[in-house]
Amino acid sequence: MIMLKELVGNTIDVNEEGFMTDFTQWNTQIGEALATENEISMTPKHWEVITYIQTEYKNNVPLSIRKIGKSGVVDIKEFYTLFPNAPLKTATKIAGIPKPVSCI
Amino acid sequence: MFKVIYTDNQYHLHRSQTALHLYCVICNSISKESKSNTNPKTSKTITMKHKKNILILGAGTAGTIMANQLVKEVDPHTWNITIADATNTHYYQPGFLFLPFGIYDEEDVKKPIRSFLPDEVKFIQDKASEIKSEEQQVLFESGKTIHYDVLIIATGSTIDSSEIEGMNGPEWRKSIFDFYTFEGAKALREKLATWEGGKLVVHITEMPIKCPVAPLEFSFLADDYFGKKGMRDKVDITYVTPLSGAFTKPRATQKLEYLLKEKNINIVSDFAIESVDNENKSIKDYSGKEVPFDLLVTVPTNKGSQVIEQSGLGDELNFVPTDKGTLQSKVSANIFVLGDATNIPTSKAGSVTHFQAEILFENVLRFIRKEELLPEFDGHANCFIETGKGKALLIDFNYDHEPVEGTFPIAGIGPLRLLKESRMNHWGKLAFRWVYWNMLLKARPIPFVKARMSLAGKNF
Repeated sequence: MIMLKELVGNTIDVNEEGFMTDFTQWNTQIGEALATENEISMTPKHWEVITYIQTEYKNNVPLSIRKIGKSGVVDIKEFYTLFPNAPLKTATKIAGIPKPVSCI
Repeated sequence: MFKVIYTDNQYHLHRSQTALHLYCVICNSISKESKSNTNPKTSKTITMKHKKNILILGAGTAGTIMANQLVKEVDPHTWNITIADATNTHYYQPGFLFLPFGIYDEEDVKKPIRSFLPDEVKFIQDKASEIKSEEQQVLFESGKTIHYDVLIIATGSTIDSSEIEGMNGPEWRKSIFDFYTFEGAKALREKLATWEGGKLVVHITEMPIKCPVAPLEFSFLADDYFGKKGMRDKVDITYVTPLSGAFTKPRATQKLEYLLKEKNINIVSDFAIESVDNENKSIKDYSGKEVPFDLLVTVPTNKGSQVIEQSGLGDELNFVPTDKGTLQSKVSANIFVLGDATNIPTSKAGSVTHFQAEILFENVLRFIRKEELLPEFDGHANCFIETGKGKALLIDFNYDHEPVEGTFPIAGIGPLRLLKESRMNHWGKLAFRWVYWNMLLKARPIPFVKARMSLAGKNF
């Protein structure tokens, strides 16, 4: 089910888990706001990870924690420090892309 | 250059080719060199018509079904079908779940590979060491090289406990076990038989894993097993998963979490393991969470075959990038991938392989006939989930539809119930072993069960 959500003056489409369903609606302001909602205070390193995730998504590369750990951007430990608890879920939510389907 | 190899009264021509010319008539260019390479026994038949080769790597569920299907349709005057595997034993892998609890014996889960292959298919017991896709050749450990015109990769997935620090340390097979291998399941049976209780942790390292519901089933069966032994009160069972819940699909998760609660099994979710502490017997995750154990039953990282890595054909887990609809590899047009070896976003399970095989079989024939491939595979999976005490659940889903309640395989009738515990489902699971050995591997149609998922009889 897709719902409309108001965020920093923008209307975005999200699913029941809060993941954006239309990446074209995303911008850095929205990313910042989604981060705040998830109790993340964005730093340049956070943005580096988000940019990497978005690039992989645009290239249709399936994402996984292992993949990000081997990206050269962060190792898994750092990824957890930046986005605690469920980093892939939180980072993809902020990046405005669907929840990765690494879990089947 | 031609190399002529004499095998089973047939000559197979092997030639280096840099491009795919599936239909090129190599026989037109048979060199004098090869003709002069005569064998007295067969020299009369050396007016040889060169045959083309379909090579299948891996004689597990996927490879065996494929060999049985292809042999019925491809022209034996034009094509040789060869299948290679490192071992000569076929394991009924779903049976590994039952082995630790003594429900199945060793003999229930292993049979000779050869007895499931048609006589017309050549079986080679040898381990593939490299796939050279440019040259259309596979190299084997024995030093043998086989040329192919069509390659079907069915090399499956295996566990790799060395991926996590400490997992295969001093406690491996003492208090840390797997049940995804025949040896692991047997060792665990010995352990469970004498174990006096404590903290049992059932754990998934990372996704994807083969048969993603197996660790849940293991937890349910453990509850039943210790209950029957009259020692359930001495065993604390915890299910630890990297996922956010018991399963990935919302409605099944809800149902399965209810069952875990009912059976007094704790769940720890979003647990991304970093290391196993052998000394203090605990698993630790990257966020600092720690779960202590007396007995750890883990599903280590699942990876594709080494030959995929050695050939540079896989992703970071050695799974082969594959088109999710046609099952053609993204490596080369004449390489197809079947079963657990693919990277496609569906479960790695026998049922999935069975459904894929029907689609792939059709596409291999189309490829041979130079027709367009059909993107027909819909991600269909159908899994029994043993819940203990003689009951089971059944789930049926695909790329687009999550498991829901309903009836299967006949809409409105069943006799199996979807996403509901029933005794009939349990009998279905036990009967499936017979179906597996006698129908599925031999590619005999299973009544009412279709490759593409049916929406009928389901309550969406």
